[in-house]
Amino acid sequence: MNGQESDSTEPAERAEPALPQPAMNESLLHELVGHLRQNRTQLREEWVRRITDAKLLGVMTQEEIFAEVTAVYDNYVDALETGSIETLQAYARDLSERIIPRGVETDEVLGIVLLLRDVLARSLFANYRHDADLLNRILDSYEPAANRIMVTVGVSFVEERERVIREQQEAIHELSTPVLQVRERLLILPIIGALDAPRARQLTEQLLGAIQANRARVVVIDVTGVATIDVDVANHLVQTVEAARLMGAGAIITGLSSKIAQTLVDLGVDLAMMRTVGDLQGGLEEAERLLVGDSYGAEQDAGTYEP
Amino acid sequence: MTVAILRQGDDLIASIQSDLSDREILTFRDELAERVGRERARGVIVDVSALDVIDSFVARSLQSLAAIVRLRGAEAVIVGIRPDVAIALVQFNLDLRPLKTALDLEEARAVLGRETLRGGVDGA
Repeated sequence: MNGQESDSTEPAERAEPALPQPAMNESLLHELVGHLRQNRTQLREEWVRRITDAKLLGVMTQEEIFAEVTAVYDNYVDALETGSIETLQAYARDLSERIIPRGVETDEVLGIVLLLRDVLARSLFANYRHDADLLNRILDSYEPAANRIMVTVGVSFVEERERVIREQQEAIHELSTPVLQVRERLLILPIIGALDAPRARQLTEQLLGAIQANRARVVVIDVTGVATIDVDVANHLVQTVEAARLMGAGAIITGLSSKIAQTLVDLGVDLAMMRTVGDLQGGLEEAERLLVGDSYGAEQDAGTYEP
Repeated sequence: MTVAILRQGDDLIASIQSDLSDREILTFRDELAERVGRERARGVIVDVSALDVIDSFVARSLQSLAAIVRLRGAEAVIVGIRPDVAIALVQFNLDLRPLKTALDLEEARAVLGRETLRGGVDGA
């Protein structure tokens, strides 16, 4: 996924105007970068101080902040010097990957890069305040580059965040509906969390596929973990039960909360088809009875499990 | 194309191997109903596992087939409905509840074993 993303974003970025404008004086850039390198320690500390003052990056220790700040600072100056943001972009991605799981927010990241821009700009002001003309030209070359870097870091962070979110969504989707075989011919489908229409559809497909693959006779659908249900999902559940029956498997619904039960009755969902049992334990017992009825029913009394 | 109807014990077994036209499915239904009476069959198993698609006409024909067979004194069981076909069927809004189904032939014979023991007094 990461590869796809960089494929799609990088060409767009290359298409933008190249960073060090042709008009920009090589010696000016050299001057600028030289100044930032010379005052590296002091500017870096100033930056860290302002990050701490602004109470950004609260989740990281002082040492961590300092280490990251050093790396970002050097990358930043390199990007200014070479005009190539690729290294910085890669670093920003990598950094985002490390700090996102720790709960660093987008505003913090943007705030930090803005602070660096401010710190550096202020230092330039201080250093060249005697020569307004030189200061202007230095700022002319500094500002677009700094803004560009700012955008790169921000976009990298947001992209990384989106990638993480997408991955998590996929993981949740796959995890959300496990179909478990308890024993021969008996499946359980525990549903946990919110049931929406796409998930209900996916659930039906997985369940019916599992019925076919495992030759299931009975399926216990446990909805203990479902807090609410709407009319579409309720009808879908009824259809799922009916589809399972058409394939030859009986479904037992367990763990309908009183709230959901009320909702279903109020909505007028046709529950005549549904065999419901209070809890999962009861559902499994009922399932065992159905299965026993199946295997011995022909020889013994076929009606053992009939109410 | 016609559907071969085989006899095994008290049961008739028909396996639909390819999509049937509307006319063919009705011919099949009539022949099956006729043979149930002639051969005094107790159970009918219709295997549809080869069908990728069951349209509403075929679904309704299977429904009426089951009803006709029941009137002739036997029980019909449909076997081998595929998952995607099952999903499509429940969306037709047909009441398929009277239709007995089973996963495969073996299951269907178990179902019929139970049903025929009750000798048709089964009210459900």
